[in-house]
Amino acid sequence: MIRLSNVQKTYAARRGSDEHIALRGINLDIAAGEIVGVIGRSGAGKSTLIRCINLLETPTSGTVTVDGTNVTTLSKRDLPLFRRQLGMVFQHFNLLSSRTVFDNIALPLELAGATKADIAKAVDPLLPLVGLEEKRDRYPAELSGGQKQRVGIARALSSNPKVLLCDEVTSALDPETTRQILTLLKDINKRLGLTMVVITHEMAVVKALCDRVAVMDGGVIVEEGAVEGIFADPKHATTQSLLADEFMDFRAGSDANNPANNTGAATTATAGQEG
Amino acid sequence: MFSTLAPILLQATWETIYMVAVSLSIATLFGLPLGVLLATSGRGELFEALWFQRVFGPLVNATRSVPFIILAVAIIPFTRFVVGTSIGTSAAIVPLTVAAIPFIARIIEGAMREVDGGLIEAAQAMGARPVQVVTKVLLPEALPGIIHGLTLTAVTLIGYSAMVGAVGAGGLGDLGIRYGYQRFRPDVMAAVVITLIVVVQAVQSFGDYLARKADKRNI
Ligand SMILES: Nc1ncnc2c1ncn2[C@@H]1O[C@H](COP(=O)(O)OP(=O)(O)OP(=O)(O)O)[C@@H](O)[C@H]1O
Ligand SMILES: [Mg+2]
Repeated sequence: MIRLSNVQKTYAARRGSDEHIALRGINLDIAAGEIVGVIGRSGAGKSTLIRCINLLETPTSGTVTVDGTNVTTLSKRDLPLFRRQLGMVFQHFNLLSSRTVFDNIALPLELAGATKADIAKAVDPLLPLVGLEEKRDRYPAELSGGQKQRVGIARALSSNPKVLLCDEVTSALDPETTRQILTLLKDINKRLGLTMVVITHEMAVVKALCDRVAVMDGGVIVEEGAVEGIFADPKHATTQSLLADEFMDFRAGSDANNPANNTGAATTATAGQEG
Repeated sequence: MFSTLAPILLQATWETIYMVAVSLSIATLFGLPLGVLLATSGRGELFEALWFQRVFGPLVNATRSVPFIILAVAIIPFTRFVVGTSIGTSAAIVPLTVAAIPFIARIIEGAMREVDGGLIEAAQAMGARPVQVVTKVLLPEALPGIIHGLTLTAVTLIGYSAMVGAVGAGGLGDLGIRYGYQRFRPDVMAAVVITLIVVVQAVQSFGDYLARKADKRNI
């Protein structure tokens, strides 16, 4: 579904900062329907990697192929059309404060020129899916963080994308809300068969959600494989230290809220409970 | 005495409102696109065009740094060219508009730059074209700030219109100078001042009301 081949990204030097190589030859294959986690410390290049997939950043070299098309060569005119096939969810939600829940979710369809009837047909079923029927005509300012992220997820789904890109989507949420959002994402993956790329710095998120994981450090993927394998036998020092963080959390007694302990029970009923 | 003053005062108030409303409207027509382009033509922005920044940035600053009364006099040939005369209410609209365009442009630029960059990015990730980012995201999100700014412009223009009034454009300023000052009628002067205060207050309250209605960030 998604293939990154030898992707390099160099941020040019600017006043006050030197040239910075954020990605140093990334190779990554993501199959259709798979949830792949990308984990690493701050500055490892995770966001840069995911932004290269929908070309919010243009790779300096290498190719990105999505659904068989080399998208790195797309023209400025074709780029928006390509991006409509991918949904993206953000750490800080990025909802329009001037639009209601419904109108936020409708935005991608509006941009694509859909009719009012088609928009309603696409958005109405998404509201119960993310548990927000009652908030349909509310503004983001009236929502909790978890509810805002549900809007963000529904918005990313409204144009019926094949791929969902998630950049630290639970990092601004408390542990309980994090658990609910991860449950929702897992549920969506099962129901809609969506391919997902999930950026995180928490192993617990990987454990709760992902089939496969790539560990990043200094702009390279240092270790990659099935989640169970990585957890059972971490080879690279970065992976080991990320796992140690989780263990510390566990020892500190926050395991009750640990997303890793709540992989199952993927129903929208529970997903809609949070207030 | 009031019966003779009332019609003149009403006439002058109407002239002031007319001058300000027309110049504000025309200036917004020009200032809006100018402000949008100033806000989006910088390095790495939606419509990157550095020449535009280099030409219009200084031009806007220059116009804004000329005191209004000097600007009004300096562009008299232009005013005459546009409306055929340099005296009267319609003629006053020209300098008022010219002064308001850069003011509005900067206000709109500022309000648009206040919008969180994450929203631009989200819109692009959804497949928004650059024009759509402006119409669907930047302008609606900046609307409360734009309304505040236009209110400020209206209030400033009321003050300016009183200045052009002094050079024969009619309106409240004209009335105050001709009757209140030159014919020494303190009652007229007082009436003019009170009317100006009321008008400004009304404009400000209405603008605040509209801005509050448009602002969904604190509900
Ligand atoms: N627009 C940019 N211009 C210059 N350098 C950048 C830019 N964006 C990111 N970088 C640099 O590239 C490196 C990788 O950044 P990136 O945002 O991909 O990291 P990350 O792994 O997502 O980190 P975090 O967990 O903090 O979000 C960092 O050192 C960062 O300073
Ligand atoms: Mg990041």
